[in-house]
Amino acid sequence: MIGPGDRQRHTLNSGRHRRDALWLAALVHRLSGLALAAFLPLHFLALALALKGEVALDGFLRWTANPLVKVAEVGLVFILSLHVLGGIRILLVENLPWFQGQKPLVAVALLTAALLAFAFLLRAA
Amino acid sequence: MNVRLYVLQRGSAALMMPLVLVHLAVIFYASSHDLSAADIFARTRGSAFWGTFYALFVAAAAIHTAIGVRVIVAEWGGLRGAAPDLVMWSFGLLLAALGLTAVAAVVLA
Repeated sequence: MIGPGDRQRHTLNSGRHRRDALWLAALVHRLSGLALAAFLPLHFLALALALKGEVALDGFLRWTANPLVKVAEVGLVFILSLHVLGGIRILLVENLPWFQGQKPLVAVALLTAALLAFAFLLRAA
Repeated sequence: MNVRLYVLQRGSAALMMPLVLVHLAVIFYASSHDLSAADIFARTRGSAFWGTFYALFVAAAAIHTAIGVRVIVAEWGGLRGAAPDLVMWSFGLLLAALGLTAVAAVVLA
């Protein structure tokens, strides 16, 4: 016989929560953070080329004019914006009284990050 | 994550919010002005403002990222015992060293 506890366990283990917008938002926040953590050392190493003088840094800047690098930069702006907006969401959820409308907030964050990346694409192109 | 790490992670996140917004504005500005190394140095070398701004940014980012990575290697990587702390300290110190070197390279003459 299936009791209420079994039913609850079944619901928790069914994986349905993985289709929830807020669970996905938490996953995206973690993955975007991981991507930024991987990018940061490379970003710092590139800027440190300035220690070798203008010629070295100019060589790197010329490389960034490559269209593929521009596309990667658009992706970075999107990931950074998404992570910051996701972080603002977490700070609000943790520090304010519980509020409704969190899923629309996730949608707004996603849309804003996409708009920022698109605006960057227009400026950088 | 203990309380001290939690406060440091959330505190560094709150500190970085305005810094990231300014940094995004810098990224947009730099990308649309096609700056050369000389153009960048003309704006940054000897600037106490940019030196302080980015040194603070690097410190907050190193703390925030290292604690975040610690959580991930423990929860997803299955590391136990002292290993997550070792990863956190190693990665945090690496980021701080590389980041501050980059700031010095761009700001100091």
